[in-house]
Amino acid sequence: MADPVLSLRDLDVRFNSDGHQLRVVNGVGFDLMAGQTLGLVGESGCGKSVTSLAIMRLLASPPAEIAGGEVIFENRDLLKLSKREMRELRGGRMGMIFQEPMTSLNPVYTCGSQIIESLRRHSGLTGKAARERAIELLETVRLPSPEKRVDDYPHQLSGGQRQRVMIALALANDPTVLIADEPTTALDVTIQAQILDLLRDLQERTGTAVLLITHDLGVVAETCQAVVVMYAGTVVERGDVSSIFADPQHPYTVGLMAAVPRMDAIQGRLTAIPGSVPPPWERVVGCRFAPRCPLADDRCRNERPALREIAPGHEIACWKAPIEGVSATGGQS
Amino acid sequence: MTALLRTEGLTKHFPVRRGTLRRQAGTVQAVTDVSFQLDADETLAIVGESGCGKSTLGRALLRLHEPSGGKVWLKDMDITALNHQGLREARKHMQIIFQDPFGSLNPRMTVRETLSEPLLLHGLATSATVRAETDRLIDLCGLARWHAERYPHEFSGGQRQRVGIARALATRPMLIVCDEPVSALDVSVQAQIVNLLQDLQRELGMAYVFISHDLAVVRHIARKVAVMYLGRIVEEATTEALFTSPRHPYTRMLIDSAPRPDPTALRHKASAKGGTPSALAMPSGCAFHPRCVLADDRCRTIRPELRQVGQSRVACHFAETAISDNVVPTRADSPALMRRLAVLEQARAGQK
Repeated sequence: MADPVLSLRDLDVRFNSDGHQLRVVNGVGFDLMAGQTLGLVGESGCGKSVTSLAIMRLLASPPAEIAGGEVIFENRDLLKLSKREMRELRGGRMGMIFQEPMTSLNPVYTCGSQIIESLRRHSGLTGKAARERAIELLETVRLPSPEKRVDDYPHQLSGGQRQRVMIALALANDPTVLIADEPTTALDVTIQAQILDLLRDLQERTGTAVLLITHDLGVVAETCQAVVVMYAGTVVERGDVSSIFADPQHPYTVGLMAAVPRMDAIQGRLTAIPGSVPPPWERVVGCRFAPRCPLADDRCRNERPALREIAPGHEIACWKAPIEGVSATGGQS
Repeated sequence: MTALLRTEGLTKHFPVRRGTLRRQAGTVQAVTDVSFQLDADETLAIVGESGCGKSTLGRALLRLHEPSGGKVWLKDMDITALNHQGLREARKHMQIIFQDPFGSLNPRMTVRETLSEPLLLHGLATSATVRAETDRLIDLCGLARWHAERYPHEFSGGQRQRVGIARALATRPMLIVCDEPVSALDVSVQAQIVNLLQDLQRELGMAYVFISHDLAVVRHIARKVAVMYLGRIVEEATTEALFTSPRHPYTRMLIDSAPRPDPTALRHKASAKGGTPSALAMPSGCAFHPRCVLADDRCRTIRPELRQVGQSRVACHFAETAISDNVVPTRADSPALMRRLAVLEQARAGQK
């Protein structure tokens, strides 16, 4: 198998607030392979966005503090780079797309000038060449009449068009890794389908590795080859997309899959997971899912399970897995 | 039998004013000529993308937006003809739940105060019985009794939605308009609220108008679905018919666009093109024609009326000919998932 282009090892992120230390990301690790789309999936508060911001070193510190771990990209640990070196990377060999393009595009500059600025900074293109390349990029992301749109301000575009400009900007300098944090969440479903299509096409053409952060299992199924499931700041399961969907092992993943209402199945009652995600200030010693897990016993509550391989390429952090081996009474101790 | 809720030609247009003289510069045709019927203990879903007018429709039903035209009947009461006093009385029978309950709950009132207010206002409880009555609502919505003395900010999103539902139930309504009630919630919590709404309907027999952009939730909760595009219903059918054989090209586009949590599903290129035009500048003819693959000259000039086609009502010139079948093939759940789910369910049952 190819080498990973981006590797996370035991990433720990804490937030210091009012003298309390909140452990928001707790020992998260995964490998993003070349040409792959990896979905980082979980519900709100699971730490998926904080993880992506930590990779790009975009967390404000204080309050955030990266307490440990490594982020290896091109044989360097990003966590040890200087601010200047990070600025070189961001927008250059590391592209980013966020949920709300309106807040990441500068409202007082035209779309074109923002792309040109990035080309000038990272690829050394200037003048007419840069402008032509900007138009070409807008054409690649299928923005209608790019030679006119290049002089439009972000507010003159619709939400879907703005997201296209963001993608053009992220891809401007042929990045090796694209980090997309909920890129279609704010969009209508017909626009979402078009943007996901575009991302898939561009990836096939450029071979860029994509880290896709999302809460939507449908989006994961349609775009990702590998999946990392997060819960309350930890990775609970990871594997390729077919094994995660056909063979989910962690009680949380199983619950999540069963809770999703489906268009393509006649379901009886939805299976809800009782309770809610523990807030980050709550101290949990053992498995973070234990308070909501019907199989949890004393070991689950006191010892944190590490990720272990349960099938080739499929890892899970659960003492009880495979759970079909657990007897029905095993949960109550 | 008369329907519980009936609308006829319901319309809401907002004037757009510009300049110092506030001259009317145009009209946003948010909702135009909407007619439908809904029986007691039935759920009608209104689906569409942002700006299609679904929320305005929901508010116009309760006259939270004063309709610009058309009629709304609740049983045999003409809601649109009521005076202020009558409307207040009628609101007892029709309630609304919003997407963000935080915005609709008074942050300075405890849950008990929030729930007591409508009870006392409508004379449904006295100061002697109000406590028991609020406790009943709290139990009904799956909250704990001690939650009653808490303030909205102390709750999680799912719990807040339970409070919003309890408040809507307080007056024992016949109809609840649910405006994207689960859209802001995480899936595991969303399932809890969807189940709660279904349980309450079974127990209390209210009708729901369920406004949503999420087709999967709609398929799960509704018996009938009306699809809106730029202020008009373009297709109305039973849920089953709508999802297996959608007749309007827009319905088809919506269904094709929704991502499915199934990596083995056949991936066809998105059929969707373009975005919704502004409701200020309506396209001529069929409002959907600029995005439609079937559109011809007739579509560009003549607006298709909503008409009965088979079991559905469809507003498309091609409704009779362009039939797509088995659009969403039913997929069995993964056996491993079902097996493990059964283990979890059994263990959960054992804990109780």
